Amino acid sequence: MEQLIQQIVNGISLGSIYALIALGYTMVYGIVKLINFAHGDVFMVGAFIGFYSISYFHLGIFPALIISMAACAVFGMLIERIAYKPLRNATRIAALITAIGVSLFIEYGTIYLRGAQPQAYPNVVPLHDLKIFGVVISGQSIMILAVSIILMVLLQFIVHRTKIGKAMRAVSHDMDAAKLMGINVNNTISATFAIGSALAGAAGVIFGMYYTTIDPLMGIIPGLKAFVAAVLGGIGIIPGAMVGGLLLGVIESFVSAAGFSLWRDGVAFVVLILILLLRPAGLFGKNVKEKV
Amino acid sequence: MRKKKVAGVFMSMMLAAGVMAGCSSSTSGTAENSGGKGGTIKVGANLELSGGVASYGQSIKEGVELAIDEINKKGIDGKKLQLVTVDNKSDASESTNGALKLITQDKVSAIIGAATTTDTLAEAQIAHDNKVPFITPSGTGSVVTVKDGKLNDYAFRTCFIDPFQGTVAAKFATNTLKVKKAAVLIDSSSDYSKGLAASFKDYLKKNGGQVVSEEAYVAKDTDFHSQLTRIKATNPEFIYIPGYYQEVGLIVKQARELGLNVPMLGGDGWDSPTLVQLAGKDALNNTFITNNYSSGDTDPKVQAFVKAFKAKYNGKSPDAFNALGYDSVYFLADAIKRAGSGDPQKIEKALAATDGLDLVTGKMKLDKNHDPIKSAVILEYNKGEQVFKTKVNPE
Repeated sequence: MEQLIQQIVNGISLGSIYALIALGYTMVYGIVKLINFAHGDVFMVGAFIGFYSISYFHLGIFPALIISMAACAVFGMLIERIAYKPLRNATRIAALITAIGVSLFIEYGTIYLRGAQPQAYPNVVPLHDLKIFGVVISGQSIMILAVSIILMVLLQFIVHRTKIGKAMRAVSHDMDAAKLMGINVNNTISATFAIGSALAGAAGVIFGMYYTTIDPLMGIIPGLKAFVAAVLGGIGIIPGAMVGGLLLGVIESFVSAAGFSLWRDGVAFVVLILILLLRPAGLFGKNVKEKV
Repeated sequence: MRKKKVAGVFMSMMLAAGVMAGCSSSTSGTAENSGGKGGTIKVGANLELSGGVASYGQSIKEGVELAIDEINKKGIDGKKLQLVTVDNKSDASESTNGALKLITQDKVSAIIGAATTTDTLAEAQIAHDNKVPFITPSGTGSVVTVKDGKLNDYAFRTCFIDPFQGTVAAKFATNTLKVKKAAVLIDSSSDYSKGLAASFKDYLKKNGGQVVSEEAYVAKDTDFHSQLTRIKATNPEFIYIPGYYQEVGLIVKQARELGLNVPMLGGDGWDSPTLVQLAGKDALNNTFITNNYSSGDTDPKVQAFVKAFKAKYNGKSPDAFNALGYDSVYFLADAIKRAGSGDPQKIEKALAATDGLDLVTGKMKLDKNHDPIKSAVILEYNKGEQVFKTKVNPE
């Protein structure tokens, strides 16, 4: 029993990181119908920006988190303006290939600038571990969960209660109609990229804090898993990405708990295949009205 | 028509130029190889200077450079050693490419490297085909020298082999720590990790011990909570983790977070300053590793090396990889001296005949499988520092 709860806690910590990354995938897909494969690398860049602001500018964890989110937001907008905007009316496969190109460019550009060696993340906040009924919940898992929940609530607020959120929902519904209604489509798409990338940046910093090691290729696997999570929940649907991320984390944790730790990554992709076969629209697939 | 003719002439000229260029480079190549008369012997270093285990390669390189500086002060029978370094990026296919470049392009007499068993295996066949000996400073897998029961004549190493390291760890656990219930956590993508674990389990079972849990991960994993939770449920008295520092650092940290406070044992794969950064100083208390060397050893040869190393690298204390890189060059230099030339095949014969060579990591003698017979040390981590615990001699 203890072991079961412990494994669920492990899974939720992992899952909330997937969820944060998956949100960016799903928002971008919802609005421009593009699988932004460079998203996992924005996550990596966020982790490094967090690292540099902590170890070279001696900032605390929260200022580092905010700087990283802001920098990633700008970075995400730049990627969109430079690489994706010229292709907005091109075929979807062209945009997809460009996304893969951008992803490789960011990965190997980072290796060129700082080398491929992994970096140990500084331990900034000595958090106390929580012990309930023999289950150990590390302070960091609580922090991950808290930061994720706050950011997700904030995102829901932006999407449903603000003007830009309304514009995003409108553009995702029908881009041409939105344009006719006087919505600035370019700015709305930029804002979507900015918000999604900021979430990835935040995920990068908390990933660094939790797992203490970062490297230029760290974004590939979490990026792919987050993509699975987004599809699992129904791509384009915000609550779907959150649930999909958490679910995938818990599934992976249970696979390891059953003694098949080496199959963990494989199972994530088996889940993807099953979802595509059984419920191509994802778990929240029917809920089309909520997409952004 | 005329245009085509011109193009044809032009192309044939290009071809001729290409052939000639090929000729000239190959002749200069052979001249260098038969040389050594020119006063230098080329030594290649195929090392992990970047990538996952960059810390090993960088450390070995420092040791190699120190040894080459020292040797070149006097020279070997008037000849100097010239080092050519390639970076294999901690990747097996890059290691093959690197060895190929060193042998065919730079025409080296011998290669030092790579650091890990997997990367060393990747260059073994090429070295064998081209008849150039290589010395791995730290590739501990027994498969490096003997594969499928057949000895690779050109493979040598400076470190002891996996079975010995696993046995020493099991011996230390049962005799000194007096613990018998072990959990084993293996990197299933690494020959090194599997080799250590196999001999560890073997010795432990023969001496009344028991393996209560066996879990696995693959290199580059970052989340080990699930495996550790499973291990915790079996209540082991200690955990054996024969992996590399990048994952081990995270494993130790996550294990302590989950309240697994039992002793942990590992091999020389732990030996890196990065381990301390990843795991944290406190988490590393109550962990022990088997290793080739300790800077805390009072042997005068060790202390002389420590002094020379600190003088060259701004007071940095040498680790085992520094020592093994350093020893590999002396191992090679001794063979070159006895061979009397830079001819790779003569060097190979001389290396195989090494007996009783006194090195920083112990007195070395090669057995028939080209494996050194020498002592191992046990180190304990105390507040992030390695403390010399005891020395274990081969039986």
